[in-house]
Amino acid sequence: MNVKVIVRGKAKGSLLVAKNPINFLGGIDKKTGIVHDKKHDLFGKSIGGKILAFPFGVGSSVGAYTLYSLKYNNCAPLAMICLKADLTTASGCAISNIPLVVTSKDDYDLLQENKEVTLDAVEGTIL
Amino acid sequence: MELTKEEENALDGKQGETLALAYRTLVAIGEASNADRLIPIEWAHLSGVNYNTIGDAGKEFLSHLSQDATFKVKTTVNPMGFDFDSVSHYKLDDKFIENQRSIKNSYEKMGAIPSYSCIPYEIFDVPKPGTHVSFAESNAAIYANSFSGLKTNKEGAFSALASALTGKSPCSDLRDDDVRKPNLTIRMKIESRDELTYGMLGYFAGKVAGSSVALSGVNDLDRRSCKSLCAGMGTSGACGMFTFGEEEGEKIDFDKNEMQKIHDELNTSESGDLITLGSPQLGLEEIGDLASMLKGRSFQKRCMIFCPREIKGQIRDLGYANEIERAGGEFLFDCCTCLSPLVDNKEVDSVVTNSVKGAYYLKTSNKVDVNLKSLKRIVQEETK
Repeated sequence: MNVKVIVRGKAKGSLLVAKNPINFLGGIDKKTGIVHDKKHDLFGKSIGGKILAFPFGVGSSVGAYTLYSLKYNNCAPLAMICLKADLTTASGCAISNIPLVVTSKDDYDLLQENKEVTLDAVEGTIL
Repeated sequence: MELTKEEENALDGKQGETLALAYRTLVAIGEASNADRLIPIEWAHLSGVNYNTIGDAGKEFLSHLSQDATFKVKTTVNPMGFDFDSVSHYKLDDKFIENQRSIKNSYEKMGAIPSYSCIPYEIFDVPKPGTHVSFAESNAAIYANSFSGLKTNKEGAFSALASALTGKSPCSDLRDDDVRKPNLTIRMKIESRDELTYGMLGYFAGKVAGSSVALSGVNDLDRRSCKSLCAGMGTSGACGMFTFGEEEGEKIDFDKNEMQKIHDELNTSESGDLITLGSPQLGLEEIGDLASMLKGRSFQKRCMIFCPREIKGQIRDLGYANEIERAGGEFLFDCCTCLSPLVDNKEVDSVVTNSVKGAYYLKTSNKVDVNLKSLKRIVQEETK
């Protein structure tokens, strides 16, 4: 599928797909990458080392620094796929050098949990 | 986005990781906001200075970044959490103080002017009209667009930081003259006006407006009201500028009914244990006004007055500081009512202020009640 590139880069890994938006500041443990927001559908799972798909980010813009901490603590996602590029997620991926792309709703619905994909955030494709 | 060859090279890391990080940020924000290119800016004003707002993750990021980064254009910074000169008088834990010191050192190491102010438009020379700047403080961005003739988006902490490192910004939204033209007019229908009325008008405008909004029936703004209007608007929404006079398109009224709703939302107490003045920080003009209003009177409770350090010498030389301190006022430099850890809900239940922006953050962040009233009423009711 073709995607819009927000932060360039390439990644290969398995998909972790969220239904709910993510609040990076309040919802993720920055030392482990584990989702600790009990109401979130990814509660208890680690976003580290995955290609993370989620609708969009919510909450404080300070959440961008949380992404940086995840990267620094070696528990950041390999890449991220969103439906909408909110500025917190875009800034957070940019300062942390995590590839970020935006998909259409139809393509997003095709993303399957645990599936191995190759994300090319230079050409703008997911295979 | 179309990038120049030089920008592409920097993005690819050919000029080091710091510039790659900065260009990645500009491009990411540009792509997310549909910019077509980057344009030069002359001045960046950064938010994300107060340890209360950016926390450990922000502190660590800035510490790493500052090891190898230098600002390329004039860069000023927002207030921090407290005033280092007087912090020992407060019960603030040592860890907060050390973390704040680290953030301060990081910004200064990268070349920031140590302004620690949310009113850069009032304390620094303003470039010529039409100049693009990159202001992350919302009241400052709105003031710059609406009164100073400058052009900026209501930047976020990261876009302004990336602008400071590169001297560039994505060309989108309010950098485009078509977007700057409002398609909504708010008609000011309140007869009796002061800075609080204008703060509430701004708060109302922020809730209903898009990128830019026109205000009609407004022609009597003094500096205090201008700042209050900008700060109110920056608090409640994404709107980044206003113009004066009626425009074509939709029109709505700001009347007593609308104002009452906002007052009821923000005013949660009929009295307060402490007075705070300055959100935005008070400049020279407002300090002069306050000194003359306080002649022969004294505050009946503690009153914290937040100012930029830039005016410290002037307010002493002009005698304003003596007059205000005689009346019991307490000056704090480098910090602001908003998000200051110095207002502690273990010590005070409610705070008196004339600032709509201050009221919002005192309620949501400091978790204290607010008695919101104009400066004139504060002087009448809280001094003898």
